Amino acid sequence: MGAQLRVYRQKIRSAQTTKKITRAMELIAASRIQKALVRVQASAPYARAVTRAVSAVATYSNVQHVLTTEPEKITRSAVVIFASDRGLAGAFNSNVLKAGEELSTLLHQQGKEVVYYVVGRRAVGYFAFRRRAIQKEWIGDTDSPTFATAQEIGEELVRAFVQSTAEGGVDEIHIVYNRFVSMLTQTPEVVRLLPLEVVEGVEEPGGEALPLYEFEPDSATVLDALLPVYIESRIFNALLQSAASKHAATQKAMKSASDNADTLIRDYTRLANNARQSEITQQISEIVGGADALSSAK
Amino acid sequence: MADLSVSVVSADAEIWTGEARQVVARTTIGQIGLLAGHEPVLGILAEGAVRITTLDGNVLEVLAKDGFLSMQADVVTVVASSAELVS
Repeated sequence: MGAQLRVYRQKIRSAQTTKKITRAMELIAASRIQKALVRVQASAPYARAVTRAVSAVATYSNVQHVLTTEPEKITRSAVVIFASDRGLAGAFNSNVLKAGEELSTLLHQQGKEVVYYVVGRRAVGYFAFRRRAIQKEWIGDTDSPTFATAQEIGEELVRAFVQSTAEGGVDEIHIVYNRFVSMLTQTPEVVRLLPLEVVEGVEEPGGEALPLYEFEPDSATVLDALLPVYIESRIFNALLQSAASKHAATQKAMKSASDNADTLIRDYTRLANNARQSEITQQISEIVGGADALSSAK
Repeated sequence: MADLSVSVVSADAEIWTGEARQVVARTTIGQIGLLAGHEPVLGILAEGAVRITTLDGNVLEVLAKDGFLSMQADVVTVVASSAELVS
C-alpha cells in the first residue's frame, strides 16, 4: 500500500473515532437539556410565590430593609459569574466571561472596586490563569444544580452585602449568567441583584391591587425572612438557566463537530480513492512497461 | 361552605395542589387554622408539620422547612425551600 494512501486511511479512521465521541456527547447533551428545562419550569411556582409575597409586603408596609436600601456611595461591588464546570460548549463560557469583563470595566470606570464570586470550574480556571483573586468559588454543581448550592451562595452574598465596606463587605452585587432563550440562543445576562429594587405590585396582572395582608408575626420580620429567600430563588433560577444553556450550547457545539467530522471523512475518502486509483494506474503502467521491455529484449 | 385551593411548593417542585377544607400550620408566633373566607395572611412558618384536610376528610401532613404561608381570596400557598409530604 502506498504511503499516501495509508496516511489518508489513518486520517479517516481518526475522524470517525472523533465523530463517534462527539455524536455521543451531542445525544447526552440533548437529553440533559430536556431535564434541565423541566427543572427550570418546576422551580417557577416557587419563584412566583416568593416574588408575590415580597411585593405584597413591600406594597403594604413602609419598612426600610437593609437589603433594599441603596448605599449612599458605592465603593465596592461584587460580580458573581455563573459559568460551567466543563468546556466543549462553544462560546458558552467565553460569552459569560466576556460579559463579566465588560461589567467590571464599567464598574472600574465608575471608580468602584470589584470583587469576584465565581461559579464553575471553567471560570475559576480563567481567573487562576490570569492570577486574579476570587473572593469565593463554587465548583462541581453546575450540571444539575441543587437548591442547597443556591442557598449557600445566597447566604454568602447576603453576608457580604450586610457587612460594612471597611470590613470587606460590598455595596452592590451583580450577577452574570447565560439565559436560556431557545435551543439555539443563549444570551449572557447581567442583573443587579442587590440592593433589591422592589417594584411594587409589578406581578399583578391588570393592575389588580394586592389585598391587605395580616402579617405573622409582623411585617418587618416577614420581610426579614422573605428577602433572603427571594435572593436564593433568584440565584437558583440563574443556576438552572445557566445549566440549561450549557447543555444547549454543548449540543450545538457537538453537532457542528460531528458535521465537521463528516465533511473531513468525505474529503479524505475522495483523496484516498484518488491515491488508490493512481497507485493502480502506476502499477499497471509498470507491468506493461516491464512486459514491453521483456518482449523487446528477446 | 366554600373550599380552599391549596398549593404546596418547594424550591424545585410543586409538591401538592388541590382543594381542601382546612389548613392548620404553625407560624413563629403560634398555630393558625385557615378556613375559607379567612382574611389575607402572610406568615413565617415555624418548624413543624402543616396539616391539610382534604375534601374527603383525609389529612395530609407536609413537613416544610424554612418556609412561609400566604392566604388570599381562598388560595393558600405553602412555600418552603424544602417540603415533603409525609402522609
